[in-house]
Amino acid sequence: MRDVVITGIGLVSSAGEGLEAHLTALAEDGAPKTDAASFEPFPVHPVGALEWDRQIPKKADQRQMEAWQKLGCYAAGLALDAAAAKEDAALKSRMQLIVAAGGGERDYAVDGQILTGLAKADNPGVFLNEHLMGDLRPTLFLAQLSNLLAGNISIVHGVTGASRTFMGEESSGVDAIRIARERIASGQDDIFLVGGAYNAERPDVLLIYEMGGFLWKKPFASVWERPADGGGMILGSGACFLVLESREHAASRGVKPLASIAGIASDRSRRRAGSVEAALHSLSKQLNARPDVVLSGATGIRGITEEERAALKDIAPNAAVHATADLVGHTVEAQAPTGVALAAGLIAGGQAGEALVTSIGHWRGEGAIRLTKA
Amino acid sequence: MALRDKQGRPLVAVTGMGVVTSLGQGKDDTWAALTAGRSGIHRINRFPTEGLRTTIAGTIDSVDVEPFCAPMLSERLAMLAAEEAIGQSGLKQEDFPGALFMAVPPVEMEWPQREALAEASGQTGDITYKDLLKAAATGRFKAWHDLFIFGTVADRVADRFGTRGSPISLSTACSSGATAIQLGVEAIRRGEAQAALCIGTDGSVNPESLIRFSLLSALSTQNDNPEGASKPFSKNRDGFVMGEGGAALVLENADSAKARGATILGYVLGCGEKGDGFHRTRSSPDGMPAITAIRQALEDAGVAPEDIDYINAHGTSTPENDKMEAMSCTAVFGERMANLPISSNKSMIGHTLTAAGAVEAVMSLLTLATGRIPPTINYQVPDPAIPLDVVPNVARDAKVNYVLSNSFGFGGQNTCLVFGAEPK
Repeated sequence: MRDVVITGIGLVSSAGEGLEAHLTALAEDGAPKTDAASFEPFPVHPVGALEWDRQIPKKADQRQMEAWQKLGCYAAGLALDAAAAKEDAALKSRMQLIVAAGGGERDYAVDGQILTGLAKADNPGVFLNEHLMGDLRPTLFLAQLSNLLAGNISIVHGVTGASRTFMGEESSGVDAIRIARERIASGQDDIFLVGGAYNAERPDVLLIYEMGGFLWKKPFASVWERPADGGGMILGSGACFLVLESREHAASRGVKPLASIAGIASDRSRRRAGSVEAALHSLSKQLNARPDVVLSGATGIRGITEEERAALKDIAPNAAVHATADLVGHTVEAQAPTGVALAAGLIAGGQAGEALVTSIGHWRGEGAIRLTKA
Repeated sequence: MALRDKQGRPLVAVTGMGVVTSLGQGKDDTWAALTAGRSGIHRINRFPTEGLRTTIAGTIDSVDVEPFCAPMLSERLAMLAAEEAIGQSGLKQEDFPGALFMAVPPVEMEWPQREALAEASGQTGDITYKDLLKAAATGRFKAWHDLFIFGTVADRVADRFGTRGSPISLSTACSSGATAIQLGVEAIRRGEAQAALCIGTDGSVNPESLIRFSLLSALSTQNDNPEGASKPFSKNRDGFVMGEGGAALVLENADSAKARGATILGYVLGCGEKGDGFHRTRSSPDGMPAITAIRQALEDAGVAPEDIDYINAHGTSTPENDKMEAMSCTAVFGERMANLPISSNKSMIGHTLTAAGAVEAVMSLLTLATGRIPPTINYQVPDPAIPLDVVPNVARDAKVNYVLSNSFGFGGQNTCLVFGAEPK
């Protein structure tokens, strides 16, 4: 089996742009940026203003994408730059792509107008047809389709080995990295671009999680403090992409790895009291994890957050534990890639020798990723 | 002796198949109708169609789910297909010895749910998302969170059949079903699992899904004769017809399948894929990505172009796809393409979108097993620009050892699979 290393990171969030900005924010340990007003009573972690032109040069491309796709496309470009791959067309044409994605984004004004009209319409079915036909922007569909973030990365950045899009909330982020790593380790492929993107500044995603009762509706508090007060998550806008390749492949390109991905484990369980704690013990055992730093994907949701805390005390009693959500918010599909990026940054900077990234999905799915020195 | 391919990898056998389409429940019904040249396309009764440019589809109306919505129907179709496939394989229905790879349509909340939230909000003036959020806060709609997140369909299927590990929900648009199979093949070849359950499912014919494709001018508008609307490779083709379907394949390491005495239905010998960065909905004019995907699939299978006896086409019936597919196949198979049978199941079941690659894989394997090639129906006006042997209108018997199945999708997705009755 071949070693798999990280050679490029592209990261954007409410904490800023680029790995350095995020590592600085992590070290400062201050309160993260939140926007409590736009979607009151739900705070969100808003992404800062980005100069889209720097990574998505054509305005026509920018217009074809909604925010989650633009964020992903932008972060993918940063990762390619960081891995010294951006200008190598031949390399990008054989680079494989796995994207962890949700989808959607709606025309909120149109939805509101249709709902208002439907309540009064004589024939609601016909009214719906006429207004969807007349009021939906034809290209909005392409900005909603899950696999079109990958499609846009192929178009904008020329990454055209082949793309696969994984869905399924937090788990999809872990499994995207897992499958990429396995394909490199087994020798099937040499180099991957892997990651995810999330736009939290959307009423339709807030709606899904509010229906389930998962959102925190008070001023920011650390994920570890929220369970005592009912628990809940604060969604964050952001994106993270990683360039993964075999150690030999990185060496042949003369690119210095940041860290090695030593192992990834993921599973599902029927959630019940104690199942998350048991899952984390099992995953860390499979990985033979001995971390001196943990990048936790904890959500702040009651029950599972305390269970993760308890498990981490056993697994890594002396490790520093950082919650990724306390830095950038909960970015769902992008959460595990973001944790991996931060862990790799800490290892590359000599602040840690081995890291464990955890991903306990807000509703299902448990995963862990072990990183070591490159 | 271990069963390995030319590259020394474990051979991947198919030991179970299940399918549901608008032509019938179960592969026997679907296959009988498909080889009889029957169409499953009909007028849509599920919702009012006044004001729509397209009013026909290959919906599956025989399956009831509550509440009726795309994730519930997609889940049910997947369950039916998987029960049939696992049943045929002889493996246990509740303790599947491998991972789940599942192509699912991207889901989101639908209009009946939005309307229910709007009503529950009590708002009588202009409705906005603020009102929907207020209704959501009541806690009365908790179940809809689970229903409309992306991982739920696969999680329920994983729970039902006891598959191992984290189930993978995936989308590569209209090649999703083929990608699910490819992921299963790779897992078995890597030795991670002795078996994989690979599913493609799509039950998403609802007003907004249909209108989205309609607004991109992708759908046939020849509503007068629903059964005649899907006309792959014909000169008068004018778009695809949406269809619903579910298909499941049990893949196994051929060694372990033989060791437990399973009947091997065929082999997945090769997979190829290639991205395309040309355009969001159109393929590169030179066809190179599709050509590369086909060549990779053949190479991965260790077969030469002349070994392929039949192509199960992507064949959507859109002007663009069928032209590009013909061009790409001709580039790979050369002059032989004039006589190499290529037919499109979509002429009868419509385009089952996320499920298509998996549905058509089952049909490809049934062709291998029975020596019968299903036709391309509605082929009345040949397109002189793409002279192909589309097995016009009537099924044909032939000796078929190796089949190529093509899947192409929006977003530069090109995935091709090679199936064989026996390993080469």
